[in-house]
Amino acid sequence: MMAAPGAGDLGGNQNSPPLVLLEGVTKSFPGVVANDRVTLDVRPGEVHALLGENGAGKTTLMNILYGLYRPDAGEIYVKGRKVVIRSPRDAIACGIGMVHQHFKLVYPHTVAENVALGLQGTPFFGPARVVERGLRELGERYNLPVDPKARVWQLSAGEQQRVEILKALYRGADVLILDEPTSVLTPQETGELFKVLARMKEEGHAVVFITHKLDEVMEAADRVTVMRRGKVIDTLPVAETDKASLARMMVGRDVVFRISKAECTPGKEALVLRDLRAVNDRGLPALRGISLTVCRGEIVGIAGVAGNGQRELVEVICGLRRAQGGEVVVLGRPLTNRSPRTVADAGVAHIPEERLRMGIVPGMTVEENLILKKHHRPPFSSGPLLRLAEVRRFAEQAIEEYEIITPSPKTPAKLLSGGNIQKLILARELSGEPGLVVAAHPTYGLDVGATELIRQLLLRQRDAGAGVLLVSEDLEEIVSLADRIAVMFRGEIMGIVEASAAELGEIGLMMAGTRSGMGDPR
Amino acid sequence: MGWEEWLISTIARALAYGTPLLWGTLGEVYAERSGVVNLGVEGMMAIGAFSAFAVAQSTGNPGLGILVAAVAGGGAALIHAFLTVTLRANQYVSGLALTMFGLGLSGLLGRGWEGVPLKHPLPAITVPYLADIPILGPMLFQNQSIITYLGLVLAVVLWVLLYRTRWGITLRSVGESPATADALGVNVYLVRYLAVILGGVLAGVAGGYLSVEYRPSWTEGMTGGMGWIVIALTIFVAWDPVQAIGGAVLFGALYHLSYRLQPWVAPELLKLMPYAAAIIVLAFVGLGGAQRRRGAPGALGVPYARGEK
Amino acid sequence: MKRVGPFVLERRLAPSRGAVLGISLLAVVLALLVAAVIFWGYGVNPWHAYRVIFQGTLASPQGWAEVVRRAIPLILCGVGLVVAFRAQFWNIGAEGQILAGAVAATGVALFSGLPDPWLLPAMFLAGFLAGAVWGMIPALLKVKLRVNDVISTLMLNYVMMYIVEWLVHGPWKGPTARGFAYSDLFPRAARLPLIPGTRVHWITLVVGVAMAIACAFLLSRTKLGYETRVVGQSQDAARYAGIDFLKVTLWVMLISGGLAGLAGAGEMAGVHYRLRSPAHISMGYGYTAIIVAWLARGSPLAAVVTALLFGLIFAAGDVIKVALAMPFQVTDVFNGLILFFLIGSELLMYWHIRWAPKRAASEG
Repeated sequence: MMAAPGAGDLGGNQNSPPLVLLEGVTKSFPGVVANDRVTLDVRPGEVHALLGENGAGKTTLMNILYGLYRPDAGEIYVKGRKVVIRSPRDAIACGIGMVHQHFKLVYPHTVAENVALGLQGTPFFGPARVVERGLRELGERYNLPVDPKARVWQLSAGEQQRVEILKALYRGADVLILDEPTSVLTPQETGELFKVLARMKEEGHAVVFITHKLDEVMEAADRVTVMRRGKVIDTLPVAETDKASLARMMVGRDVVFRISKAECTPGKEALVLRDLRAVNDRGLPALRGISLTVCRGEIVGIAGVAGNGQRELVEVICGLRRAQGGEVVVLGRPLTNRSPRTVADAGVAHIPEERLRMGIVPGMTVEENLILKKHHRPPFSSGPLLRLAEVRRFAEQAIEEYEIITPSPKTPAKLLSGGNIQKLILARELSGEPGLVVAAHPTYGLDVGATELIRQLLLRQRDAGAGVLLVSEDLEEIVSLADRIAVMFRGEIMGIVEASAAELGEIGLMMAGTRSGMGDPR
Repeated sequence: MGWEEWLISTIARALAYGTPLLWGTLGEVYAERSGVVNLGVEGMMAIGAFSAFAVAQSTGNPGLGILVAAVAGGGAALIHAFLTVTLRANQYVSGLALTMFGLGLSGLLGRGWEGVPLKHPLPAITVPYLADIPILGPMLFQNQSIITYLGLVLAVVLWVLLYRTRWGITLRSVGESPATADALGVNVYLVRYLAVILGGVLAGVAGGYLSVEYRPSWTEGMTGGMGWIVIALTIFVAWDPVQAIGGAVLFGALYHLSYRLQPWVAPELLKLMPYAAAIIVLAFVGLGGAQRRRGAPGALGVPYARGEK
Repeated sequence: MKRVGPFVLERRLAPSRGAVLGISLLAVVLALLVAAVIFWGYGVNPWHAYRVIFQGTLASPQGWAEVVRRAIPLILCGVGLVVAFRAQFWNIGAEGQILAGAVAATGVALFSGLPDPWLLPAMFLAGFLAGAVWGMIPALLKVKLRVNDVISTLMLNYVMMYIVEWLVHGPWKGPTARGFAYSDLFPRAARLPLIPGTRVHWITLVVGVAMAIACAFLLSRTKLGYETRVVGQSQDAARYAGIDFLKVTLWVMLISGGLAGLAGAGEMAGVHYRLRSPAHISMGYGYTAIIVAWLARGSPLAAVVTALLFGLIFAAGDVIKVALAMPFQVTDVFNGLILFFLIGSELLMYWHIRWAPKRAASEG
């Protein structure tokens, strides 16, 4: 076992004992060991990055520290005292706070009500009012301004994150755990968050910061612990390492970020959007006049911070949301506000954002899931009847071709791993030579192997002459896959750049709402 | 009788008939605010009605009857809480089972008590001073049951608790987003248990009111679908305790009118009025837009299990 | 993984068939044990009660025939509810749909003036259609106006119940019924043949089993069945896949309501031969069918078997009423208890229990 606490002994406050020490923590779920004898120490006054790929066990480890999971084995020490953390209540009492990746907020309630929830020592009547006062003070001290009376659903993602941090600080957290805090932020907001973290460090707090982004480790952390497949690979001061070696530790081999791809040869228009307008679920404008063209044989990437209309854009194209104005033309056919089935039948493949909720029917078998959307057409049905032999034949072929790992075609899809579920969806969507592929976050949450395979599949579609619209929050993915990049902000396209000439700084500015001069809606 | 008198007496009677609806709805509002639908209201009311009558008849103390009805209703709700919160069973099916069980058990045990009038029913009360207010006095404060008055007070108290106190924030949060409440150290299971049991207690009182005050006697199946109306009312009043007063009086009026209009229309057709009205009312609610915006708890009907599933 | 004494509990993602069957049976047995306590509390020796029930039902061909007769409407309604539940449509309205079918069949039998050989087929057809219409109203309300299906189907039960009350007290009250709330007796040609020596109207039974087979085929082999299952499991996936929600829901409730309507027509033509007070026509078949369908776990063919189980409980109710002077509501108590134990045991199916005594040195 590596990573004995104190190895290297640098960073943070060197003389004080660890604020939190996890020793030999093991946790298994059916089929996986999420944490395997993990040891980790966190010291006062440090920002400690927990680096690893998706599925490396970072979040599980922190959920154990926060009392959401019980470890199978191992011990936890807080300020040198051995503690047993059975629930978040215990964790809070130990001075531990956590900001989850998917915020744990009660959206219809006010900011103050959210902070007051479960808070000890507030008056029985009108607790929100007392909290409002405290929130203003805290907000000033840490530079975290939020209106305590605002309803949470009305706030931006960055503001919601502030509420989460305030919630922890209000409870007197000494250790603050942040799970992938930057995934919902613009580069500028990320910078502000890092300033807040620095401020907290000064006040003597410790911050544990879960991430898979190397740049952020280098920028914001004092020490870093790298995890892979449930094990700690090493803990070391950030000053003594570099991106390449961290990447090697994280993935277990050398990583090539660049994907080799053939020259792009755009053909006829696969998708034309003209002045597209739509509202979101709350009835507020989400698309404010989107115009964009995707040609056959090219990949157009949509970059942007989550919640700037990407989801609505995909839904309108695929017939899942009504356009209030404008036009959608697919492969030369006007398809504005047509049914999802009409759009699919016209040759549009849709790799949905929420693959478990939308992309598959979890309780149905792999073979049944493979014909979803296509079940009403030959060869899978004739008249009112399904043709089960054809379904089986197609399933066997798809399982082989896309390397879907499943015990049998009759296995319920929910039993497959995330990567295999995504392969199933791609196998289904990419069969039958679609003219347009709309892919929303196709590699989100997948391991390196599955990610690479799925990127290759999208490139192969491009080379075979399909137009691909790729929506992703992973800028690196967009830059490496796309031929052109469009940046969305508040329902508008801020600019379109050629990927070969793209500068991250410029894209970052557009993600934050600066309009590019060289907008080229082609 | 002039139309004013007619209106005043109709509202007064509507309040009397609406009382069990009010108690039942207040209980269901709290249960659903915690995220648990309890379709067993009809069964809990039946159990309450029977146990209240049996105790009141054998002890001669109708107040004790109501108290026992509350305990029995709470006990029945405990079964539902255990099944749906701890064992995470389907809330709809569990509630239906509770209704079958409650109706069956009360019918079975109540066999020997059928059709006998109660010797000492709860007395009607006229509130001094308030009863002398013109129009409002005779409408609300003359010859009503103590349970009716308590119901009105309770509605206001429950409203204040829900929206203005620490408990209210906790309860609403558990119903909206149990994972959030859990992450802040709130015992989601305990909150849901308490809310469901409170729902049962109030449903039990609602049933007890029918058998020791309104009728006052016991017949098998005497709840006659009121428990289901309560479920519809809960949606109709947008999960709000104070609005529940209006909803209960409205449907109480429909029940009352089904007797009042008998000289003109066949009684059987009048009796189906509240049930048809419940559907119509919910259809109008649906026309008005998404339920979510009207305050339907976000996690309604969803069992909660911490991450580990 | 959890440890309880020397046992290790392991979660599994899909319960095995054996576990489902075994645990369901265990649940029924436990429910009967608790019912024994209720018997005892009622002053009846439970051992005696169960012996009387056994002798009155399963011990003789006559008893079996009664079980089957009681199971007939449960098969039809149960199969229909299985289809509805597969689409996540909470049809709690089979009771009202039975009555709608009964009313339509009565209308045809008494007032249509059809020639004799056409009478029975027309009664069944009318019963099916009336039940289907009564079922499709909530389907429309749910899809178009988001009216909760549990509430609308339930309310329609009461509405139909009072309509039947009105008919038998008013317009359809038979001149020959001598003051009772009955319609006139059906003509001979509107009555189903019985298996001699029993009260089993076997034609309805055959229709019920045929419908179970047809629905099993529908669910597994047809486009509509496929779409029904997708809608039932994930509405988001159904939307994504372009499945027409309204169409599927209407079809499902046409079948579900229609089958309950057939049950109503069957009860009219095979048992009662006249419209009477709703409590006498159905006695809760529509509600019991919910348990029949739940226990069948989505399989129409299994619903035939589970319907027989609840046919047994109804027949037992008849026996108890006569032999022990207990009210028929005892069947509701049985039903409620069985349902409690069934859903309570569901979580259990996902746990696999293994014997694994702790090693001495494993933990400190």
